[in-house]
Amino acid sequence: MAEGLSWTVYDADTLTQAEIYGQVLCDLGKMRPDIVGLSADLAKSTKIGKFQDHFPDRFFNVGIAEQNLFGVAAGLAKSGLLPFVSTMAAFTAMRAAEQVRTDICYQNLNVKIIATHGGASFGQAGTTHHCTEDIAIMRSFANMTVIVPADGIETANAVKQCVNWPGPVYIRIGRGFEPRYYDSEEYGFQIGKAVELASGTDITLICCGITVFHAMEAAKILKENDGLSVRVLNMHTIKPLDTEAVLKAVTETRRVIVFEEHNLIGGLGSAVAEVIADNGKGCAFKRVGIPDCYCEVGYPEDLYTHYKLDADGILETVREVMNMDFEEDEDWEDEV
Amino acid sequence: MALTKEELTLLADKAYQARRDVVDITGWSGGAHIGGGLSVVDMLIILYYKYMKVDPKNPGWEDRDRLILSKGHAGVAYAPVLARKGYFDFELLKGFNKFKSPFGMHLDGNKVLGVDASTGSLGHGLPIAVGMALGARLQKKSWMTYCILGDGECNEGSVWEAAMAAAHFKLTNLVTFVDRNKLMIDGATEEIMNLEPFADKWKAFGFIVREIDGHDFNALADAIEYAHAEKSGPVLILANTAKGKGVEFMENQVKWHYGGLDSELLESARNSLNKAYGRV
Repeated sequence: MAEGLSWTVYDADTLTQAEIYGQVLCDLGKMRPDIVGLSADLAKSTKIGKFQDHFPDRFFNVGIAEQNLFGVAAGLAKSGLLPFVSTMAAFTAMRAAEQVRTDICYQNLNVKIIATHGGASFGQAGTTHHCTEDIAIMRSFANMTVIVPADGIETANAVKQCVNWPGPVYIRIGRGFEPRYYDSEEYGFQIGKAVELASGTDITLICCGITVFHAMEAAKILKENDGLSVRVLNMHTIKPLDTEAVLKAVTETRRVIVFEEHNLIGGLGSAVAEVIADNGKGCAFKRVGIPDCYCEVGYPEDLYTHYKLDADGILETVREVMNMDFEEDEDWEDEV
Repeated sequence: MALTKEELTLLADKAYQARRDVVDITGWSGGAHIGGGLSVVDMLIILYYKYMKVDPKNPGWEDRDRLILSKGHAGVAYAPVLARKGYFDFELLKGFNKFKSPFGMHLDGNKVLGVDASTGSLGHGLPIAVGMALGARLQKKSWMTYCILGDGECNEGSVWEAAMAAAHFKLTNLVTFVDRNKLMIDGATEEIMNLEPFADKWKAFGFIVREIDGHDFNALADAIEYAHAEKSGPVLILANTAKGKGVEFMENQVKWHYGGLDSELLESARNSLNKAYGRV
């Protein structure tokens, strides 16, 4: 059991992942006078408050009113500004889902959404504050781009690139305490392109968000202890999905597992499965996430362990899949 | 300032034409929200022919005034007003509701020239209008944002979220109307979900309320000019109207929220409009 120290005792000001994006947004704000910020009484928790400190006239706090939040953002975009909106994922993807869909996506407006506290990252808060449905909801909205960065550094990259990426963008991050995976922003981040973090030929682990860090830990152990050649894809963009990277993994490794902090229905695993099924090429395949239930309450590290999304859980699933009786059909290349 | 005789004649002509168009489109399309379309016509006409700075030849003109028809189901009235104003060919409206037409009942701002926001889901327009007014102020633009709500629409909580924000941000470059026709799909607004004391609710949310006859152009002009001059807070024009206005057999009839018109009813509706406007 985690003691929760790393998750709760620090003042909110020590948030890292979100803090980085707050800083990046301030830097962007200096270059782009058309950027405006909005939140719904969560400026501090989401770290968009940093932008408010620098540009008080360009920041609008609409109070605890998420429907109005996204409608106002649509209006600001329509008036020629570039709104960045930040509130919790649950209140973005569910409370204000229709405003995001109808006011922003349907009108294809340039509104960038940074949804915090995604998945089980605020696990101790209980189900009302979990959000394990947002990827499914957001990727079903036409025109929407959906990004789930691996850490704060990648969030910075996503925030920078989304400025020049047309149309609405949904960037889903955690609560800010997630471990940092990247050391620098220079690794070729590109919206819509998976990052191959480890090359391998036995199996591919497709991950997004927090599971990237844990999958890389697991891949190292699998290589050293099991002698496995494990490919790890950081699939930070869920939509548009890098289908080429998925199909390459299917062809080259013949075993694919997707790990995500989301309901098994509709998230990255579903998106990958759709690509594989549409392509008509079978492979050993498994999705690991929240199995269509409301996530248990607890500190995130305990929840990641429980749902087999930490390094140990990933190891276990990989070994299970490697031991599956999997028929390697010689004629596979000829199948339709 | 009171409207001149010439202005009143022009506005009445345009309103008559718009109501004829609403009736015709309802006939062509197989069915439309005719009741609420007819009730809002006079607000649209006075805005487009007296107050709004727009250029139909340059619909995306940055400094144009904006209109958000939050009661988006009144697209059957909005579309012909835009067509007659010169945004697009009126003949296109013969395809209203039809396969691949740009004109669905609720107009799509990305398809229909002159439409500033795609509306239709109730409770969405005022938040967008608040964002536009904030955007204008931030960019030091002098254009106005107008927003027209339905009264039944004001059951939606998001209307009041936006109302709170409009008052909080003291948006005096926003003029909000409520088309108070007192009917919604299932019945009278006061029977389905009581809105009264309606004006007091808006006042309590920080609006300055002008309650008027929404079919009286002089009263509309007074209220709009009052709103333009008011600098202490946002103004709400509570426009009392009749659903189905101008077509006698539809007026204040709940069943004419939405409907179609066969040739007999079309004829009868046209005759009724002619009578109301003293046309032969």
